[in-house]
Amino acid sequence: MANSDTAQTPLSEHCIVIVPTKGWKLIAWQELIEYRDLLYFLVLRDVTVLYKQTIFGFAWALMNPVFSMLVFTVIFGALGKLSTDGQPKSVFYYAGVLPWTYFQGAMSASANSLISGANIFSKVYFPRLFIPLVPIISKLLDFGIAFLLMIVMMVWYRIMPTTNLVFLPLLVLLLILTAAGMGMWLSALSIQYRDVRYAVAFCVQLLMYAAPVVWTATSVPEKYRLIYGIYPLAGIIDGFRVAILGGRPMPWDLIAVGSVSAVVIFLTGAFYYRRTERIFVDVA
Amino acid sequence: MRTRIQVEGLAKAYRIGTEIQIEDSMIGSMVNFLKSPLSNFRRLRNQSRFDSFEDPDIIWPVRDISFKVDDGEVVGVIGRNGAGKSTLLKLLSRITDPTRGSATIYGRVGSLLEVGTGFHPDLTGRENIYLNGTILGMKKREIDEKFDEIVAFSDVAQFLDTPVKRYSSGMIVRLAFSVAAHLEPEILIVDEVLAVGDASFQKKCLGKMQNVASHGRTVLFVSHNMAAINQLCDRCLVLEKGRLIYDGEATEGVDHYLKIGAAETTCGAYQIDPAAARRSDCKGQITRIELQDLDNGTSGSFGIGEPFQIRVHVTCYDRISMAVVGAEIMAANGTPMLNLRSDSQNIPLGPYSAGDEVIFTIQVPGLPLYPGLYRIDPWFGERRGKRIDQIRDAVSLSLEVKGRLQAEHLIQPGRAIMLMDCEWTDAVVTKANQ
Repeated sequence: MANSDTAQTPLSEHCIVIVPTKGWKLIAWQELIEYRDLLYFLVLRDVTVLYKQTIFGFAWALMNPVFSMLVFTVIFGALGKLSTDGQPKSVFYYAGVLPWTYFQGAMSASANSLISGANIFSKVYFPRLFIPLVPIISKLLDFGIAFLLMIVMMVWYRIMPTTNLVFLPLLVLLLILTAAGMGMWLSALSIQYRDVRYAVAFCVQLLMYAAPVVWTATSVPEKYRLIYGIYPLAGIIDGFRVAILGGRPMPWDLIAVGSVSAVVIFLTGAFYYRRTERIFVDVA
Repeated sequence: MRTRIQVEGLAKAYRIGTEIQIEDSMIGSMVNFLKSPLSNFRRLRNQSRFDSFEDPDIIWPVRDISFKVDDGEVVGVIGRNGAGKSTLLKLLSRITDPTRGSATIYGRVGSLLEVGTGFHPDLTGRENIYLNGTILGMKKREIDEKFDEIVAFSDVAQFLDTPVKRYSSGMIVRLAFSVAAHLEPEILIVDEVLAVGDASFQKKCLGKMQNVASHGRTVLFVSHNMAAINQLCDRCLVLEKGRLIYDGEATEGVDHYLKIGAAETTCGAYQIDPAAARRSDCKGQITRIELQDLDNGTSGSFGIGEPFQIRVHVTCYDRISMAVVGAEIMAANGTPMLNLRSDSQNIPLGPYSAGDEVIFTIQVPGLPLYPGLYRIDPWFGERRGKRIDQIRDAVSLSLEVKGRLQAEHLIQPGRAIMLMDCEWTDAVVTKANQ
């Protein structure tokens, strides 16, 4: 008996105990790694499906940021005459719109992901955490494409990047963390309370004007700067603009405060998601 | 023998309409939050109370189920609609969390509760194979290895790079099943997926499942098809109202299950639960079914060849310009016997408008079948037989020896399935000389 046991594939690694789950759970990294192929194909599906049966294909990734940039340049730049830090208007706005477009797209898609994915996760088990994270990853492609245009514009306006450019990956990482954290919070809330879904749609507008997308963070009074920095996109978008266009020192105060709140948003989002995931199927 | 699945006192509860302690709106939740000390106390008290199975606000689709499945066993799970079969499988596949009890599973689980989970209409067949395979728990490398086999099994090789939205529904099902069939977990959990596809494909699927079983893997298999249960399983579990009422040898279990059906069959009138899970779209629903003799007396048993009528009550939720009504009559083991449908005789029915309640009466001149228990699955649909609602497994009819067919011991079904009350005469044409 013992011999036949050892002759077979070892089973102990695959022992699953199904009991009522209670309390808070950490992210199960090992399980996420085990299912990494699925993550890859889910992201691939998102990316492939997005621009299928369109005429312009991936050019659509540029439409949103380019048109926002044009509108802002005309309304806020030409008519409103808001300060653009002395930079060419179109470059200034595009550098703000670029990270914002990613954030908005990724967060909205992530917030809706559970509702639209209910038909999958109610039929088969896989780490539920993938569902809100897939849009966060797949929207990076659009972000990358839109970034290429940024480079083209810099060449056109002959703007030489400063050494601060090396901090760009850090800012993008913070951007991803914030979007993922918000996505986990909002998707878990909206599967249970559909109110959230509708609230997200218009709150996104408010969040954009709260971020230094169409204006510059230097206009925030000094004494409110650190409080303003709690909003992670303040440091991220302002830092993004400085890292690319230069012209003034990196806003490290905003970035420092913002990184703390980005990490807090991400961790609390992950915990909240993991805590509520056991009822997703029952309330979906 | 090594244990693969060990289930102890597994139970799942839902508050009627929604899960326990969950509000549907933010306001409701805030009110709840204000009242939370009180409700928390109630909840905690209820949790430790033994009689909560009796709480009218809570339904228990699965209550207190315990069993054990060993290596290489093929176990059928049967029960009427709403008996808790699907919930049990969902619990074992980790899709939903149990309210109480535990299940321990030793080995990799592949669960097939639906064919083609995650299929995306815009992706090609090839892309969907990978997507669906990884959703079911395969690694990319495993799919690479079995790719050719999967394609060959599905017969859709020449459409591999076509988006599946251009496939016929049969092709999608074939492709999806072949992905699932090549999943090679130690434990396979299957829910009624054989109810799809045409007859030859179903046969192929049964063959594949038998193959899986003969390789010493454990299979848990839910079906309404008693013939398939008898053919595939050595053991079966019978569920009734969330409880396990039989656990043992398969053929005996099927008999046991059919007997529960028989006990309820004599009534002949069935109120249909509008919420019961079934194939139905929003245009209308069957609300009640009655079996009646010609004097409108409701009964569940008729003599062989005795005329009777099936009355199907339907509520329309939408305009239906042309209706088709029908009834499939099956032997207790699921073998189809008759398919009666109004459009086969070009009977014009309808139009009906939203809110209409209609009673369709099918007058059956008598069933020329052997005595025993038969299932009637009534359905109604639109033109060309597109089904709107169908009731499975709700109605049964017992055919009895009555009238002229009396020699009961002679009336046993052998290989034949039909039996008729005939006129018999003889005429001696030439009388031999004595």
